[in-house]
Amino acid sequence: MTAASATTSFAARLPARRYLVALVIAFWAAGWVLLRGRDTLALGGAELTPLHSWLNAAMDAIDDSRNSNPIFLYFINYIRLFLDEAVTFVQALISQPAMDRPLPVLGWLGVVGLATAIALLYGNVRVALLTAAGFLSFGVLGLWQESMDTLALTLTAVALSLAVGVPLGVWAGLSDRFHRLVTPVLDFMQTMPTFVYLAPLTLFFLIGPASATVATMIYAIPPAIRITAHGIRQVSPDTLEAGASLGATSAQALRHVRLPMARQTIIVGVNQTIMAALSMATIAALIDAPGLGQTVLKALQTLDVGTAFNAGLAIVIMAVVLDRVTSAASRRVEAARRAGRLRTVRGRRLEVAGVLGVAAVLGYLSYTYVWAAEFPIEANLGSYVRRAADAVSLWAQDNLVAYTDIVKNLLTNGLLNPFQTVLAGSPWWLVTAVAVAVALLVGSARAALVTAVGLLLVVVLGLWQDSMVTLASTLVATVLVMLLGMVAGVWMGRSDRADMVLRPVLDAGQTMPAFVYLVPILGLFGPTRFTAIIAAVVFAAPVAIKLVAEGIRGVSATTVEAATSAGASTWQLISKVQLPMARSAVTLAASQGLIYVLSMVVVGGLVGAGALGYDVVAGFSQHQLRGKGLAAGIAIVVLGIVLDRVMRAATQRADQAAHGGSHQH
Amino acid sequence: MSVTRSGKVRAAVLVTGAGLLLTACGGAKVGEAQPAAGGGGAKACGTVNLAINPWVGYEANAAVIAYVAEKQLGCKVVKKDLKEEVAWQGFGTGEVDAVVENWAHDDLKKKYIEDQKVAVSAGPTGNKGVIGWYVAPWMAKKYPDITDWNNLNKYASLFKTSESGGKGQLLDGDPSFVTNDEALVKNLKLDYKVVYAGSETALITAFRQSEKQQKPIIGYFYEPQWFLSELRLVKVNLPAYKEGCDADPEKVACDYPPYELDKIVSKKFADSGSPAYTLIKNFTWTNEDQNLVAKYIAEDKMTADEAAAKWVADNPDKVKAWLPSS
Repeated sequence: MTAASATTSFAARLPARRYLVALVIAFWAAGWVLLRGRDTLALGGAELTPLHSWLNAAMDAIDDSRNSNPIFLYFINYIRLFLDEAVTFVQALISQPAMDRPLPVLGWLGVVGLATAIALLYGNVRVALLTAAGFLSFGVLGLWQESMDTLALTLTAVALSLAVGVPLGVWAGLSDRFHRLVTPVLDFMQTMPTFVYLAPLTLFFLIGPASATVATMIYAIPPAIRITAHGIRQVSPDTLEAGASLGATSAQALRHVRLPMARQTIIVGVNQTIMAALSMATIAALIDAPGLGQTVLKALQTLDVGTAFNAGLAIVIMAVVLDRVTSAASRRVEAARRAGRLRTVRGRRLEVAGVLGVAAVLGYLSYTYVWAAEFPIEANLGSYVRRAADAVSLWAQDNLVAYTDIVKNLLTNGLLNPFQTVLAGSPWWLVTAVAVAVALLVGSARAALVTAVGLLLVVVLGLWQDSMVTLASTLVATVLVMLLGMVAGVWMGRSDRADMVLRPVLDAGQTMPAFVYLVPILGLFGPTRFTAIIAAVVFAAPVAIKLVAEGIRGVSATTVEAATSAGASTWQLISKVQLPMARSAVTLAASQGLIYVLSMVVVGGLVGAGALGYDVVAGFSQHQLRGKGLAAGIAIVVLGIVLDRVMRAATQRADQAAHGGSHQH
Repeated sequence: MSVTRSGKVRAAVLVTGAGLLLTACGGAKVGEAQPAAGGGGAKACGTVNLAINPWVGYEANAAVIAYVAEKQLGCKVVKKDLKEEVAWQGFGTGEVDAVVENWAHDDLKKKYIEDQKVAVSAGPTGNKGVIGWYVAPWMAKKYPDITDWNNLNKYASLFKTSESGGKGQLLDGDPSFVTNDEALVKNLKLDYKVVYAGSETALITAFRQSEKQQKPIIGYFYEPQWFLSELRLVKVNLPAYKEGCDADPEKVACDYPPYELDKIVSKKFADSGSPAYTLIKNFTWTNEDQNLVAKYIAEDKMTADEAAAKWVADNPDKVKAWLPSS
């Protein structure tokens, strides 16, 4: 009953709020008409503010003190040595000639055997077969060594990320204070563009595997911490109380209750850590990280789409294999926990011994014999893949360009340009005031405060106009992502066949390095902001689609049946039952989609988006612009945090309205 | 259920494993009969760390130098794929010995050669760099007077795009190259807007599509560049460069200066007396030479090593002149 009354009271307030938002927007439009072009804080491509010069000087100072500073001499140098050794060791095992041998310790047969064995022991037969096929395909694509280099770097970075991230995640799960402290740091690590810290990293960790590992870890640790903390937190208080009443100390509770119950979630964290690490393969190649990323970047220099696609395909396959194996492992853990122990310990031991025995035999063969060590060249089908990709890319660029041009012009002139004109053409104080008011109306006072501080910070950074241009593109891209997310997500959520067809495509969209498809989309859309939007949509839509589909599938079957038997048409069923009930999944999709779009801002800078993305790229390329590049990186982080907090506050408000205000989170 | 299934699989794996073991007998063993590597008789050279900046012309220089150093001087060459900024940092940290095609970079020279004194110049590569504004060949044919900057405003409306806000679009590319284009547009009073494509990839794709679709384009480009052998872009003549006309970046109203591309090496490497240093110092060749090797790599899809081997075999005299006299 309280719920009902709260809903009515909210419903009574809702229209007023909606009118207020409309009023604020109208006020903004009027302000734009009167004041456009004033106080827009434009800054030319090569112009710097004093802050940018100061940042430059500060970075130079750090650079100069490298040989005398004790932190470098005694601390960072040892970390670097350790990281270099760790990566080199794994490389010696699977990818690089080592220990006075012309070949690595394990040849292809050994690696395939070992990987398959692990998939079989921790997952199931299906993923084991997938693993064997996937690993063999690296050789078939003619990229065995490159793939193993990427795998070596990824695995080392993942192992270290987990070693650091899981304990911190447990701590964040147990302590609210630490959780509050670490969250903004993780936001920062995930949204700060890698290009900003790539060059400085090589000053600290030198050029080589150590820098590449650190760059990867910066991006891969946050999911490990976040998801572990989430797992620890979601253990039900009842279970913990039961433990406490039996006299368990908090350490015992952690070991025997929290950690086992959170195990499945932690494996999901492992999965996400692996995906994040792998997504750095191409970027890390900019500082000489070995592997498939090198192949992609080299191919890009000569616009060789085929070769880039071939290597990108290997990365996608690696991602899919690692994803399916860890997901299977997580399901297995969950099933084992639910069912208790099914098999005897002895049975399991026999299985482990048998499988590892076979793997060991294969490993020995590949250690000893050339045929099992070097992948046979005759089996190389890479050239066919390359030629096919080339042909498709060329055909599309020649034949579709007339249509894509129309789409580009329509969306740019109809949506992007007007939006950007209003955002970047209004005085900064007007935009800030409007944004704060909207945050207050749809979100909370807290969100309004974050918005105010964030936008003022952007002004201080000297990149107001560039930030607004980037913001306009970002929001348009997010709208497109959500359109796709709703349409494809609903389809996928309602049909298993659609799921089967779409899922591999989505996986490819998420894990194929953007550098691979830059040339064809540039050919289709030219170097424009719209091309950048397309790249962002390709990367971000899969996440949104998957989350929406998950939500639709989560709507209880009985509800759907009830609606169907009440005579609801398919359209009514979707719009009146399934989508509203999956609302929290849809809002999650929107916020994740937005973050993913923001993470493509820099790639956008490479294809004509200009603004913040270009500032970051230019900062990476030109000495005197690196202070500005750093400022642009911070501006991207700030935009991300502001949008995220406003969106979260709005979701919370909507949730409270839907659950009658009784829902506490 | 799952036990019996995985049992079957296990059996199958065991059988194939045993089968493989049988067929393996008599295969060649790893590490047997290694070919002797490296040329004998050369002076001790040691390891050379060669930065590879990300463009094909650079790679052509590096490929030939690396090939000669390895095959004729017995050096071990380690190639490191790095952008310029990062490569120069490597002089200080001792991770990079040589950069073998440098485009001016006065700021980096000041920092690493003059201030930190960790790098020194190793003389010109012989290649002449040109930077400027280019149009696709079909445009130069259709509008012959477009190559004179005075006529650019006449054609500005041709170059309008969704990005240029009603003006003509002047496309800029890779931010690694110094550009004065915004100042140039302003000071020459051109009705154009500079649009930043952001990468060489974007620029080349745009020129390619321009020629194919007959879509007007004007943009920033440079030579030597492998793409020019695919599509000979036509340079637009800006007011001629005179010494000092680009002194104030705000007031530039003249063309870009001609660049003498040069080589930079780390101080340590220069003082080491390595024969590879002498090779790098002596290395010079022409734009045609570089374009040829770049074409082998970019269009004939040879590896850097194959391309170098072919060129070195065809030009023994040039190579001989670079080698240290022993």
